[in-house]
Amino acid sequence: MSKTLDNKTNFPGKVHDLPGGGIVLSKLDDVINWARSNSLWPLTFATSCCGIEYMAVAGAKYDFSRFGFEVARATPRQADVIIIAGTIVNKMAPVLKRLYDQMADPKYVIAMGACAISGGPFFYNTYSVVKGADHVIPVDVYVAGCPPRPEALLHALITLQQKIKSGLTREQIRNGKQ
Amino acid sequence: MTNEELKIKLTELQPAATFEEGGEWVTINVEVADWLAFAGQLRQEEALFFDYLFCLTCVDWKTHLTMVYHLSSTKYRHNMVVKIKLDRNKPEVETVSHIWRTAEFHEREVYEMFGVNFLNHPDLRLLILPDGWEGKNPLRKDFDDPVNMIKL
Repeated sequence: MSKTLDNKTNFPGKVHDLPGGGIVLSKLDDVINWARSNSLWPLTFATSCCGIEYMAVAGAKYDFSRFGFEVARATPRQADVIIIAGTIVNKMAPVLKRLYDQMADPKYVIAMGACAISGGPFFYNTYSVVKGADHVIPVDVYVAGCPPRPEALLHALITLQQKIKSGLTREQIRNGKQ
Repeated sequence: MTNEELKIKLTELQPAATFEEGGEWVTINVEVADWLAFAGQLRQEEALFFDYLFCLTCVDWKTHLTMVYHLSSTKYRHNMVVKIKLDRNKPEVETVSHIWRTAEFHEREVYEMFGVNFLNHPDLRLLILPDGWEGKNPLRKDFDDPVNMIKL
């Protein structure tokens, strides 16, 4: 007889009961994805007012550390997720690309707010703004808002976790791994 | 000085100049030919002592350009605005970077965004825009860029 582990960590596995104890049965891929999704360190990266909401989410009141986004790293080498919080202008685009390239796989991207999604209020009649950060790097989760509420960003972070837990990473899909 | 006292003093220096009403600060319209001498007076007159240029920008009115200088005195705490009408086809004005050092960067920005030529500027080249933007002036109302711009 086996039963699904019923605990708050949502560990992906089953307990196979035996006399005097039990054995946890799981798939290594699921365990890795579970571990990854619960330890996503974001990059300290904000280009406009969305950065204020991002800081609020990092602060004590909303506190994304509760969900495993433990601490924002100041170097892309130590970051797992980049939250594009703000407008990306043409001069910033190569910097964003370079930061993304410097991050180690697996890496994830959240486009936060109207500017990062489409250029937002700078969509029309602007010579300098990239009309959506996904023109530069691939985006996993989009958050609408101008700027989004901290709750909306938390929801996006949890959505990203569910996406990671549910299956293959973008890199795994690209490399043809099952 | 109060705004009324400022107006009296400024009229002594520039009898031909006109004032704009309704703003928080004294706003004076000056001819472009008078600007360099007038700027020196604003800085050096002991009673005025405008030692702080806190904003330098330009406005494109489609028919003409207007240079706008916001001045303040750290000694007397009074403020004023100087506006100068420029020819849109050949905008030229004397630099004030030797009077207020901060104008050096601000004039470079107005140069790249509006194409205003600042005479006798020590280092007039692009400030923020990357190479290849010389002469394009993206903040002019009729600026168009088919690659980067989506028109409404």
